[in-house]
Amino acid sequence: MSGQAAEAVKHEAGAFDIERDLPEGEMTEREARFLREYRQNRRRSTVVFTVIAVLLVVAFLVSFCVGRYGMPVSEVINSLLRGLTNGVGSVGTWGSSEDTVVWLVRMPRIIAAILVGGALSVAGGTYQGLFRNPMVSPDILGASAGASVGACFMMLMGQGSVMIQAGAFVMGIFAVALSYFLSKAVGRGSNMVLLLVLCGMTVNTLFQALVSIIKYLADTESQLPAMTYWLMGSIAKVGYRDLLFFIITFVIGIVPILALRWKLNVLSFGEDEAKAMGVNVAAIRLVCIVCATLLTAAVVSVAGTIGWVGLMIPHLVRFLVGPNNKTLIPISLLTGALFMLVIDNFCRALLAYEIPLGVLTSLLGAPFFIFILYKRKGNT
Amino acid sequence: MELTVRNAACGYGAVPVLQNVSLTLRQGEIVCILGPNGIGKTTVFRSVLGFLKLLAGDIELDGVPRERIGAKEFSRSVGYVPQGHEPPFPFTVPDVVVMGRAAHLKSFEAPGVREYRIADRVLEMLGISYLREKTYTQISGGERQMVLIARALAQNPKLLVMDEPTANLDFGNQIHVLECIKGLSGSGLGVLMTTHNPDHAFLCCDRVILLTKDREIMEGTVDEIVTEENLRRAYGVDVKITATVTESGRTIRSCVPMLA
Repeated sequence: MSGQAAEAVKHEAGAFDIERDLPEGEMTEREARFLREYRQNRRRSTVVFTVIAVLLVVAFLVSFCVGRYGMPVSEVINSLLRGLTNGVGSVGTWGSSEDTVVWLVRMPRIIAAILVGGALSVAGGTYQGLFRNPMVSPDILGASAGASVGACFMMLMGQGSVMIQAGAFVMGIFAVALSYFLSKAVGRGSNMVLLLVLCGMTVNTLFQALVSIIKYLADTESQLPAMTYWLMGSIAKVGYRDLLFFIITFVIGIVPILALRWKLNVLSFGEDEAKAMGVNVAAIRLVCIVCATLLTAAVVSVAGTIGWVGLMIPHLVRFLVGPNNKTLIPISLLTGALFMLVIDNFCRALLAYEIPLGVLTSLLGAPFFIFILYKRKGNT
Repeated sequence: MELTVRNAACGYGAVPVLQNVSLTLRQGEIVCILGPNGIGKTTVFRSVLGFLKLLAGDIELDGVPRERIGAKEFSRSVGYVPQGHEPPFPFTVPDVVVMGRAAHLKSFEAPGVREYRIADRVLEMLGISYLREKTYTQISGGERQMVLIARALAQNPKLLVMDEPTANLDFGNQIHVLECIKGLSGSGLGVLMTTHNPDHAFLCCDRVILLTKDREIMEGTVDEIVTEENLRRAYGVDVKITATVTESGRTIRSCVPMLA
């Protein structure tokens, strides 16, 4: 820092106005250089964005080839084109067995993987910005635990998959709402973030205990295995009907977050500072919690509990492109989708039988994450 | 622009920490709040900024009651410079400075070229352009304080409220920050700041609000308020006030504690 600072300031006599001459004024050479340099620094995120997007398209196509019914990429592309021209709804009437595999078996599963990974990563990134803590995962406020109670309860009642999904969705949102209103009731307007996390932990514990009770009551021959399997997470049986509801919630959840993502930067400096910068902290926090919860609950209701992705992906992307949510959130969306697609392919192809998705995300994700941490040693 | 606090009672919950706080802050003026630890300097600040509800009294900005001014509108007139702290994420310096523009952006708007041009202007104005490629978490405490000042200036305020701008800074950086504050008031900004050091009041303040350990509130010009007698009442220590004449003929006064 230099003593010239004060000198420089003093020369600007009269009323302080940093915006003076700005809209019309020609950009000075210095300003232009500043912008050029800034853009150069941001170029890294553009490159990362493009690379991930290309990889996602490649992974999308390759995913159709993976599985017990093997087929080359060329056949996949032909089948995709046939489906687009003939109408997907009537695949059974015009299609070959390849078309059936591509359109009826693998397509819904691939879409589900993309949406699950994207939704969890965006929800995780949003919560991390909101709670000013890079170690926060999307189920911090009890979404997964609540959804587990809903799903297991429906299974205990012998309900079908639609009711299981509905139960998971409703209870997931209920658990987060409970955390939120508990923290409001306990707190007096200060340190809301800490209280929210504490209430979330409490609700999590409570609902996990409820899951244990339901499992204890369940029929050990049929219901208990179903619950255990559901809790491990899987998208193997996702169909178009499940997807319709999922896609709608996904869009409702993701659009406001994308629109508000820059404001998350301001929020991560803390409540007081964000307020002093004119940001409506309470409203933005509520919108982000509602949307991130919608995303998480939608994922859990379709795919069961899948841990680790929502914590790891935003973290990883932050290593790559920095913490600015303007780029972090969209790139997390793509990276999460890519990661989940790849992991789901392993689930399908690694062994002769399906591996639960939630198990593999941790099994492959954890060492991968350690590897990244190791690579960035002393340089976080 | 003028910020007026009249007979305010500030505190948490229903318990007032300080009562009968009155102060006026005008553009081009530096007002300093002095007082011992835990006496309620921060509480007064948080109340002025609207983070805490007043228990009594009122705050007005150009005669308009604080309650009638929205947070966004208020932040276009009054900027807040917190104490330098380490945020959880390593934002770049331009990204931090441009956050001050939030007050001028629409709900779903993100900063564009105009906002980054303003960030550049502010950095240049404060003489810290060399930080433009740095990461906020990897610069020194003094530089961080300057970046926070830059962020508040990007709000294009008329008044600045600064929470112990010299806390945790080394001697040289403390003086640099005070010089900068003085320069800002010279360019027409009003500054309200807290400090632990009475010398800082002598160096750059026009008026002082002194809180004593018995929760008395004294207000007036620096020379009226920062006296040996008042400092004893505020802090419970004996000091002598001396005067030094600079080369340019200006008299700067300072406190010397009377250690036995």
